[in-house]
Amino acid sequence: MIVQELIFYAFSLVMVFAAVAVITVRNPVYAVLFLVLAFFSAAAIWMLLEAEFLAIILVVVYVGAVMVLFLFVVMMLDINLVPLKEGFIRYLPVAAIVAVAMAIELLMVLWSRGRFGVDMFPVPPPHSADYSNTRELGELLYSNYLLPFEVAGVVLLVAIIAAVALTLRTRPGIKVQNPSVQVRTRRDASVRLVKMKSEKPRGA
Amino acid sequence: MFEMIESVFNWIQSQYLIWTVLKIVVIVLPLITAVAFYTYFERKVIGSMQIRVGPNRVGPLGLIQPFADVFKLLLKEIVLPTNANRFLFVTAPVIALAPAFAAWAVVPFNDFLVLADVDAGLLYVLALTSLGVYGIIIAGWASNSKYAFLGAMRAAAQAVSYEIAMGFALVGVLILAGSMNLREIVLAQQGGIFDWYWLPLFPLFVIYMISGLAETNRAPFDMAEGESEIVAGFHVEYSGAAFAVFFLAEYANMILISGLTAIMFAGGWLSPFEGWPVIGDTFLGQGSIIWFLAKTVIFMFMFLWYRATWPRYRYDQIMRLGWKVLIPITLVWVMLSALMTVLGIVVKGS
Repeated sequence: MIVQELIFYAFSLVMVFAAVAVITVRNPVYAVLFLVLAFFSAAAIWMLLEAEFLAIILVVVYVGAVMVLFLFVVMMLDINLVPLKEGFIRYLPVAAIVAVAMAIELLMVLWSRGRFGVDMFPVPPPHSADYSNTRELGELLYSNYLLPFEVAGVVLLVAIIAAVALTLRTRPGIKVQNPSVQVRTRRDASVRLVKMKSEKPRGA
Repeated sequence: MFEMIESVFNWIQSQYLIWTVLKIVVIVLPLITAVAFYTYFERKVIGSMQIRVGPNRVGPLGLIQPFADVFKLLLKEIVLPTNANRFLFVTAPVIALAPAFAAWAVVPFNDFLVLADVDAGLLYVLALTSLGVYGIIIAGWASNSKYAFLGAMRAAAQAVSYEIAMGFALVGVLILAGSMNLREIVLAQQGGIFDWYWLPLFPLFVIYMISGLAETNRAPFDMAEGESEIVAGFHVEYSGAAFAVFFLAEYANMILISGLTAIMFAGGWLSPFEGWPVIGDTFLGQGSIIWFLAKTVIFMFMFLWYRATWPRYRYDQIMRLGWKVLIPITLVWVMLSALMTVLGIVVKGS
């Protein structure tokens, strides 16, 4: 038990530190890398909650794919930090209001379940060794929540098509390669073999 | 004497932490040695394919060559480019190496030889193979060099694209085996060479090997290095020990992909002659770690074979192949493998 607690505090510390660093470091590439670290620590904490499927999916999807593309974009940007920090004082009141509103919302959720304290949130019973998180999630998703699941899938599909449609533009006058034609090409189309008698060297 | 050894052995086994660390050492040390000899093997194989001799000067048959290379690299100076990001420049090789080794934690060598027999093994492997690209991107960016950066960009785009095809290929295996535990995936393939998943999932098997090539940045998909265009790509600024670590990571990844192909599609430690008359009754019919290693070596050899056979792809063709050819095929075959399971064409463990 004590080992688990130590692991929990270690990863929580790293996560809080990384999360703060995301918004305080000056270099945007560092910020993205700290965000990766925060995701990773969150995944480790989920692992402690016996939610291994969610934890690994967080690493696969966010760390392995989304953040790679993020890093990709941030590295290509030529970000000048000075104009970014210019409006700090001007936007501070609005930001403070948004922050306070979010904090109140979080507190309201906690309040509705009773006050804080360990006794309000009892330790869930540990699962047996053959309990499969993935199977459980799959059974719920494909039975009770089938309709929301399908709807989410359709929404994502629409988003994909919209993203493609927004960026796809056909410009006239551009030469495009057609790979299937390239692959089907025959030797006769580009090479002509000419049979000719061998020439005698001059002066022989 | 024996009792003393036994009591020491029992004490070590009771200390969970020490026991685990010992197991890790037992896996990692042979792995590093295998990487060293894999480079030798590569040079010999490609040499003979190109009608050359290959390394033959250091030791008998050139067998000590990998150690000579290692010591040369370790003793060389690490050059730090001007205005390079010192911290990230030095950490990048380590970030590339760590996932290649960590993934071995869930690889079952035989029915009981596995470091962590976890339920989500397949997902864990997917997660770790997707992390390796960070080492390459960070190396490319921290080098403060345009060739390195171009190589990093290529590697990132390539890895993200081929991860999808790779993931879907493994989904087919997952559907047929009904488990994400690598040991159970192997056990579900029991019954001889024609019961392994390469047969019902043949397109996925081929796609997994192609994506494996792309994920490890090996020829013909070695665009991240592409020495004819961008010098050496992401590791152009690396020298000495830091370069050696990148090298180690690349070869460890190749061995890992070979081992995973053996587990997912070629029955892991199971014998191909299982249940055959005569030969199935001898020791050849028994599943053992030797079969797993033999299969892994065959797939490792194929990596080298590809390199000696095919020229490098053009970058836009790599992207086209990944997105427009491989992913649609995997999508169709995942549906088909679900049908195979429902209709009882492929029954696990038979």
